[in-house]
Amino acid sequence: MAKSAGAPAGEMLPSTDGIPPADLLRAYATMVLARTVDERCLTLQRQGRIGFYVPMQGQEAAQVGCAWALRPEDWIFPAYRELAVALVRGITVRTLLDQFIGSAADESKGRQMPNHYGYRRFNYVTASSPVGTQISHAVGAAMAARRKGDAIVTVTFFGDGTTSSNDFHAGLNFAGVFRAPTIFFCQNNQWAISMPRDRQTRSSTLAEKAVAYGFPGVVVDGSDVNAVYRAVVAARERALAGEGPTLIEAQVYRLGPHSTSDDPRRYRTDEELAAWKEKDPLARLKHELRESGLLDDAADARIWETAKEAVAAAVKEAEAQPPVDPMTLFDDTFATRTPQLEAERTEFGELLRQGVLHP
Amino acid sequence: MTELTLVQAVNRGLAQAMREDPDVLVLGEDVGVNGGVFRATDGLLKEFGADRVVDTPLSETGIVGTAIGMALYGLKPVAEIQFMDFIYPAFDQIVSELAKFRFRSGGQYPCHVVIRTPYGGGIKGGLYHSQSAEAYFAHTAGIKVVIPSTPADAKGLLLTAVHDPDPVLFMEPKRIYRSITGEVPDGDHRVPFGSARVVREGSDVSILAYGAMVPVAVTAAEQLANEKIQAEVVDLRTLVPLDEASVLATVEKTGRCVILHEAPRFCGYGAELAAIVAEKALYSLKSPIVRVTGYDTPFPYALEHLYLPNVERLVHAVRGSMAAG
Repeated sequence: MAKSAGAPAGEMLPSTDGIPPADLLRAYATMVLARTVDERCLTLQRQGRIGFYVPMQGQEAAQVGCAWALRPEDWIFPAYRELAVALVRGITVRTLLDQFIGSAADESKGRQMPNHYGYRRFNYVTASSPVGTQISHAVGAAMAARRKGDAIVTVTFFGDGTTSSNDFHAGLNFAGVFRAPTIFFCQNNQWAISMPRDRQTRSSTLAEKAVAYGFPGVVVDGSDVNAVYRAVVAARERALAGEGPTLIEAQVYRLGPHSTSDDPRRYRTDEELAAWKEKDPLARLKHELRESGLLDDAADARIWETAKEAVAAAVKEAEAQPPVDPMTLFDDTFATRTPQLEAERTEFGELLRQGVLHP
Repeated sequence: MTELTLVQAVNRGLAQAMREDPDVLVLGEDVGVNGGVFRATDGLLKEFGADRVVDTPLSETGIVGTAIGMALYGLKPVAEIQFMDFIYPAFDQIVSELAKFRFRSGGQYPCHVVIRTPYGGGIKGGLYHSQSAEAYFAHTAGIKVVIPSTPADAKGLLLTAVHDPDPVLFMEPKRIYRSITGEVPDGDHRVPFGSARVVREGSDVSILAYGAMVPVAVTAAEQLANEKIQAEVVDLRTLVPLDEASVLATVEKTGRCVILHEAPRFCGYGAELAAIVAEKALYSLKSPIVRVTGYDTPFPYALEHLYLPNVERLVHAVRGSMAAG
């Protein structure tokens, strides 16, 4: 496998040596599943069945291509828009819906708004809302893994807007100085809520920012699952060979709103959206699979139907879960409750018992 | 036992922790080759190597963020912020990430980082080398705030911090880094969190203090004794968790409460102490609670000696408290 070391910043990588053909249908099915979950969750939010949702439509190929190139022991430091990465990891739709609903079944105990999840058993670190803070965490974890002799990489996900943040600079700078085995995976979806990519930086690409930190930055077509896969495989090999980090800019488009609280018609045109829909990553991979004889219309319909059924079943199960026990509020601020927290918990329990508060 | 300064005790504590546990490492600006601008990490690079004594780029958010990542992966990083006045670039990492990781992950990701930082005035450091910023962090759920006032406590609380499962902000009173010495136990020495220390017993008035204000309180108490006023001095040692029982016990005993800290008064840590005493020990009070603190201005350079609470101001305040009821 060719290494990307020395690839000029911003050079478009060719789409060869992609996901093994035997895996490609599964990769496509994962993209379909992500799209299906996304559409279903937008509806659930409109119906008031989940409080909020951050869609990722348009970014399926970038996320699946990246995650497919990783191994389960690699650590992921996501932002809040990495649904397809989570699915590739093996995190089930049901598990994610438990988090979106915030029920007692949520492994994070209903602590965060939808899309802010994490699962230690999948090496998928719990996301937060501030942008960019996860970047230096990935660098520190990579340094720690190297110190412990673990041959893994860390991968952190963020968007075009985050390249303006303090922690983008701090994280990439530390990674360069310490040659951390980290992959910086930037999904440039062209919009940071209402601000277009050219309002974030005068740089001609985001990838070229890596040059100043002393390591390669590459641009890939994020609608091309194989191109992304290839870039990540190369970056991973570089990292494990001790050659340090790589910044990958996957150029994609956020087909939906920033979140369910956003109306993109206020700041971008229908023409722009229509042009990007032409490059829909699902349609692109479907076309490639048909061309290579791996998929026909009937098989495609089955994949979509399977996804819809899986999501419907997961929603049904997740909605049947009990609510979070109020008394768990006082767990996990610290490993053990301080006397102050113990006293507050007692007072809170008493308010519930007296019926002043209602669960 | 060895006679040490406070900064030497910090140094011995770090070395002890690093010898005991290969997962403990130190990172920060100038901590390696230079041994720290206050020499708190002196000699550690030589003993433990550059892998465990990491000189970082000049970025507080990078230092804390990287330390968080190390902790998530299972190391026990001790990050140094060179002066507390420069901690603010890391505020987001501390408040949004470090303090919240365990809670937001439902307990899946404990995030054990110790942040050591010299704080406080009295060294002619002006606005940006003097601040006492404990209140921001004591107000943040999920991080412990520890301030020693003696060499023995500096080592003992630091070793407890390194072994604690939660994030700890360890504030070092740089004004007394070298001005006081004391006997420090050799080897592993731990002082538990949430356990205040009665420095001096007294029956007439309670002085609540921490860090570099503790010696000020002790000197004031000695002067007051000449006036037949017996002041009890309590060193809180940990602001989070607070030893509330000891605070209430001393106030219930003396019936008077004087709170002493360097930081500005408005919404300072003393406000919380005053509120607790008012809520839970009001009927023990013979006179109103008094706060002796820094003023609500930025920390001054030329007027530092008048800004910082000193023995004279404290003695005056205690006399006022005695006269008031």
